Amino acid sequence: MVRLVLPNPGLEARIPSLGQLETIEAEEASSRPKWDNKAQYMLTCVGFCVGLGNVWRFPYLCQSHGGGAFMIPFLILLVLEGIPLLHLEFAIGQRLRKGSVGVWSSIHPALKGVGIASMFVSFMVGYYYNTIIAWVMWYFFNSFQDPLPWSECPLNANRTGYVDECARSSSVDYFWYRETLNISTSISDSGSIQWWVLLCLTCAWSVLYVCTIRGIETTGKAVYITSTLPYVVLTIFLIRGLTLKGATNGIVFLFTPNVTELANPVTWLDAGAQVFYSFSLAFGGLISFSSYNSVHNNCEMDAVIVSVINGFTSVYAATVVYSIIGFRATERFDDCFNTNILTLMNGFDLPEGNVTQENFEEMKLWCNSSDPEAFARLRFQTCDMNSFLSEGVEGTGLAFIVFTEAITKMPLSPLWSVLFFIMLFCLGLSSMFGNMEGVVVPLQDLRIIPKKWPKELLTGLICLGTYLLAFVFTLNSGQYWLSLLDGYAGSIPLLVIAFCEMFAVVYVYGVDRFNRDIEFMIGHKPNIFWQVAWRVASPLLMLVIFLFFLVVKVNEELVYSVWDPAYEEFPKSQKVTYPGWVYAVVVIVAGVPCLVIPGFAIYKLLRDRCQRPGDRQGLVSGLSTASINGDLKS
Amino acid sequence: MPDAENAFKVRLSIRTALGDKAYAWDTNEEYLFKAMVAFSMRKVPNRETTEISHVLLCNVTQRVSFWFVVTDPSKNHTLPAVEIQSAIRMNRNRINSAFFLNDQTLEFLKIPSTLAPPTDPTMPIWMIIFSVIFCIVIVAVMLLIFSGIRQRRRKSKGPSEVDDTEDKCENMITIENGIPCDPLDTKGGHINDVFMTEDERLTPL
Repeated sequence: MVRLVLPNPGLEARIPSLGQLETIEAEEASSRPKWDNKAQYMLTCVGFCVGLGNVWRFPYLCQSHGGGAFMIPFLILLVLEGIPLLHLEFAIGQRLRKGSVGVWSSIHPALKGVGIASMFVSFMVGYYYNTIIAWVMWYFFNSFQDPLPWSECPLNANRTGYVDECARSSSVDYFWYRETLNISTSISDSGSIQWWVLLCLTCAWSVLYVCTIRGIETTGKAVYITSTLPYVVLTIFLIRGLTLKGATNGIVFLFTPNVTELANPVTWLDAGAQVFYSFSLAFGGLISFSSYNSVHNNCEMDAVIVSVINGFTSVYAATVVYSIIGFRATERFDDCFNTNILTLMNGFDLPEGNVTQENFEEMKLWCNSSDPEAFARLRFQTCDMNSFLSEGVEGTGLAFIVFTEAITKMPLSPLWSVLFFIMLFCLGLSSMFGNMEGVVVPLQDLRIIPKKWPKELLTGLICLGTYLLAFVFTLNSGQYWLSLLDGYAGSIPLLVIAFCEMFAVVYVYGVDRFNRDIEFMIGHKPNIFWQVAWRVASPLLMLVIFLFFLVVKVNEELVYSVWDPAYEEFPKSQKVTYPGWVYAVVVIVAGVPCLVIPGFAIYKLLRDRCQRPGDRQGLVSGLSTASINGDLKS
Repeated sequence: MPDAENAFKVRLSIRTALGDKAYAWDTNEEYLFKAMVAFSMRKVPNRETTEISHVLLCNVTQRVSFWFVVTDPSKNHTLPAVEIQSAIRMNRNRINSAFFLNDQTLEFLKIPSTLAPPTDPTMPIWMIIFSVIFCIVIVAVMLLIFSGIRQRRRKSKGPSEVDDTEDKCENMITIENGIPCDPLDTKGGHINDVFMTEDERLTPL
């Protein structure tokens, strides 16, 4: 085993010793927040991990990378990458009893940059993520009517037909791109603020404020609903979905294994990235949540349980999603086929009922032979079930276009729509709790905020500030900005931070010390699996994924999909290259968090070198012990 | 007659609309159709004298589709398409309901149907739901903020009240050997009950 540990003087002074931990826990009981019960903690962690990605990213990856065969890389990487990293974050938070900035600066003052980078990433992701929740709320508000507003195209000015843009694409596309986003044709064309989106954004940030106003005191209550409701809704949808025609087509399509995909490195890369992002690692929120636990909480078991729940949810959600997609594809196929049948019947004035799906081909031949000229004039659509099933369905496209269309075809559509969007809302909100924690606690740890400011004020200011900045997403080009941030803010920096975290714990803190800590906390030393994973397997995997990811991202052209009614192939999205200044935005958004880590280390080194001549040691922040006259509680 | 200048093709999809309750298309139904067309034409000013016999059908197929024209025997020509079109459009509902069909199953090719006007409520439903939820959220925020302020005020008042009594005690307690007796009596220290009961047992003189 590698016994490499970097020299780390003064570590003992910065962290509480094992013996002190229990007394500290007792003393902090009134001043530091803590969980009311274990269930709250587990639900909060599960809520943070299980998010929109489980519903709209995993099913797409699963289906496009060989269906059932994708489970193999996914499960392997879950065990080798997800669980060890999760256990590491839980254990280090529980041991050092601080948020992310506090933890890393305790390990070594130069590593404070890791905590700051986590804070930046949490902030960036929370910034755009809540806008998705605002869109979900908009659809939710619009679900309380029958017929649903996206089921029909609106009429044009003289009421002879439907609006042109809608007639050429579809009513769900129109509702999403025009009536919700009112999207412009390029990211440079900002347009104006769409007031209805702004109202929904206000609502989304207010709800988030209510739930996080006092930190885990309030989120701990909110998670009872936000973390459990999605599972209830998924089960309802599963039962409903399985009774729909064509649902089994979808599930079969999803899980049909294509083992040749395993040889494709992109499959493994996507699996690794999905495991990593799905676990919300490196945001700092999990470290923070874990630090509110009691010292002897069994973090190993927690990590395994949360991972298993996360993996299971991904597969469960994929099943539900694809049963509904199968239903939609079958409906579309039937519609397409019936249109063809109608074309043939009308063209040749055949009696109704003579042409069915079964004898369509022979009837075509018969008609062709009887009147080839007339037959040649008829135009038939191509109906291919597989193409309907594999229409690229991920991200917002899945939720707001494909699924909403499927819902309009189900009886009692408003009910399903309400349930679906409540589920998305809960999934998104519970992830936002973790993001907020990852921003609020580091700000407190960095002592930027005066200590006597109440937590309500701090949370309020953060919510208000981010809300004002999020006005960008209410512009006509808002969705393009969001996709940009989604692609770059929450991807590369997280991989870098996670790698630094592993390195810091294993080689700067020392994995032997870490093992002793865990033995003290949970009663037994971590077994050989954890040792191998922390020292070798996980860092190596992180590095490989990071390098591959970097290479792929750097090589790909910066293009984005644009909704342009003037495009020849409308309603297909047009791929347009980003304007030049977007590169600068990408560099800032992805580069700043990554550069903060070495940047802060260098700054610290320089400061120490300048202070060395004076030979002054910074005041060690120790905890005050009891006074003679009894406890002077603050 | 098909594709003649003022002829219209009609297509019915009775089986699609009515399923099992579909009726067969026979000459009686054709008669009803002619009657409906004549009725529509009679509603047009100048054409009140249109009779059923003026409406001619031809090329009836098994699909159920056929062509029809409306003639004017006195002038011996067919009525202009524009007039027929507007007449049919005005009475489309009546014609449809006579056959238990709708605009999609009783098609007049070349005559576009007027689509139903959208029902625009005075206030969109989404705004109602939004206002309800937003008000609930604002009320919850206010409650939480005020309860937080009250908690903080109670906490800051609480220890300060205890402090006041402490000061008073401190002022009254004598200092013996530099050590105030108070901490030994009330705070932290326990009073030995044995001594207390002994004192009480001694009867006062």
